[in-house]
Amino acid sequence: MKKEFKGRVICAGSCTAPALVSHGGFNTLASFQMAIMFGDKKVKCGDQNNPDLYKKPMIGTALCLPETIGSTTGGMILYTVCAAGKAPACMLFSKPIDSLAASGAILADVWTDSSMPVIDELGEDFIQYVQDGMTITVSEDGTVTVED
Amino acid sequence: MKLTKEQQAILDGSQGETMAKVLKTLIMYGECFGAERLVPITSEFGHTVISFGIGVMSPVYDLYDKILGDGFISKQKFTADPLPLDKNIPTNPLQDLVFKFMYKWQDRYEEQMKKLGITNDKAFTCTNYLPEVGNTPKKGDILSWAESSAVVFANSVLGARCNRNSGIIEMMGSIAGLVPEFGFLTDEGRKADYIVEIRTSEKPEAQLLGSAIGMHVLDKVPYVKGLDKWIGTELNDDAIGYLKDFGAATASNGSVGLYHIENLTPEAVELGESIIRKDAQVYVIDDAELQRVKDSYPVIWKDPNAKPKLCFMGCPHMTLKQLKDNTEKVSQALRKNGHSKVVIPTVWTASPDVIEEFKKTTDYWKMVNCGIILSYICPLMYMNNPLCKIQPVITSSNKLRTYTTARYYTEAEIIEKITGGEM
Repeated sequence: MKKEFKGRVICAGSCTAPALVSHGGFNTLASFQMAIMFGDKKVKCGDQNNPDLYKKPMIGTALCLPETIGSTTGGMILYTVCAAGKAPACMLFSKPIDSLAASGAILADVWTDSSMPVIDELGEDFIQYVQDGMTITVSEDGTVTVED
Repeated sequence: MKLTKEQQAILDGSQGETMAKVLKTLIMYGECFGAERLVPITSEFGHTVISFGIGVMSPVYDLYDKILGDGFISKQKFTADPLPLDKNIPTNPLQDLVFKFMYKWQDRYEEQMKKLGITNDKAFTCTNYLPEVGNTPKKGDILSWAESSAVVFANSVLGARCNRNSGIIEMMGSIAGLVPEFGFLTDEGRKADYIVEIRTSEKPEAQLLGSAIGMHVLDKVPYVKGLDKWIGTELNDDAIGYLKDFGAATASNGSVGLYHIENLTPEAVELGESIIRKDAQVYVIDDAELQRVKDSYPVIWKDPNAKPKLCFMGCPHMTLKQLKDNTEKVSQALRKNGHSKVVIPTVWTASPDVIEEFKKTTDYWKMVNCGIILSYICPLMYMNNPLCKIQPVITSSNKLRTYTTARYYTEAEIIEKITGGEM
């Protein structure tokens, strides 16, 4: 079964990847810090306060989240994981993107060879519907297809 | 976004590919939030949140190498967040080894900052806006700063205009001399979404009140009524210290970038309730609500009953008045509790310039005699060391509590603990 959602394109691109879903705010610093510090190849989430993601590998996934939270270093952390080739395949926000996540995504888009599509405003239905492991396809125009 | 002819030319490469990318970054950033134009930065100085040379973040320093290599620096001098290391802070050899590994690019990055345009070698503090430091913007100034506690102070207490920028983006703005106009740079973006009514029976603890408001309003703008009863209607040294701590807690426990305090902060004084949106929600804070918030903080020590091994006060960095007042409070408490020195190793943090001023006073020696260590570091960066964060550390900072394993107590509780009073 397929379901389509349409969002706003922050960083254009296309990809297909398995969904990894955070229902709470995604703390960028807490999630990536330990993985990048200790060279974890799977980039497992280090945020103990995020029961949806804690210890789950994030690299190459379609990271579905409502929004990001946390420190103003969040943007540079996101830029770093993209530049280091350790980023999710895409980031899909149900809410409007915040200034810190937008900074990281845009810095990566402009200054690195990383191609991580970022879509926001996908809506509450999206984050309620999508589940870990579902196949996500992102199109250049911001269409997100979720497949069971 | 509408660009001027000069901006369009830069975007088209008139100053080279690197400057075109700097501008493209700012344009894309602004377009996310509906900015229609780029506007000039008008503050004398910038402020960057990046003060650390963390090994794993080499892509950031590689990017700055590229910018410097292509001949670009910040158009304005800038200050930076506190340095991560100070040999006066208690550590063991293993922790030192990890610090060396963690901050392996520290020298490299400090050299980059000199080239980019840091004001001087004492410019490292999160309280850059204090008069001793001198990076104090005027009302209405447009800034390209990052550091959530400094941004919320500049917006709210000084009436300057700055968005909650991320690290790197703030430097891009300072290099271009431009920022996208959206959010807190606009009159509309500065209107209050919430009315917060303070109905407590005593002066609310700044760090606890800020936490409660931050957790409740998240990124919205609160208009706080009833606080002037406790902190007055004048922006004096006491009020500035209070609002510094209050704001840092709103920004870290939520993501507040601007607040208005009735009869006290500049826009609330000037515009009154006309800056409150018509559909503003109301949040009432009384003693029970503050207690509820305090009780909700998780204790994430391995042994919740462990004896604290270290105490941090001064996140954000203390003001000169706070250093003097706290010295007096600790001295009195030590006398009351029958001790001559603090019974828990205690570190107070302040900016290098404030420390320099404090050292000229007799209170400084009083503090030293109490056994307190005074440092310029960022306690958060100390706590990021995996071997430091497993220690039972206590703090009066709600920001430090939020981002680390440190356990929060009110200032009065902390002073009792470090002076050997009831634990």
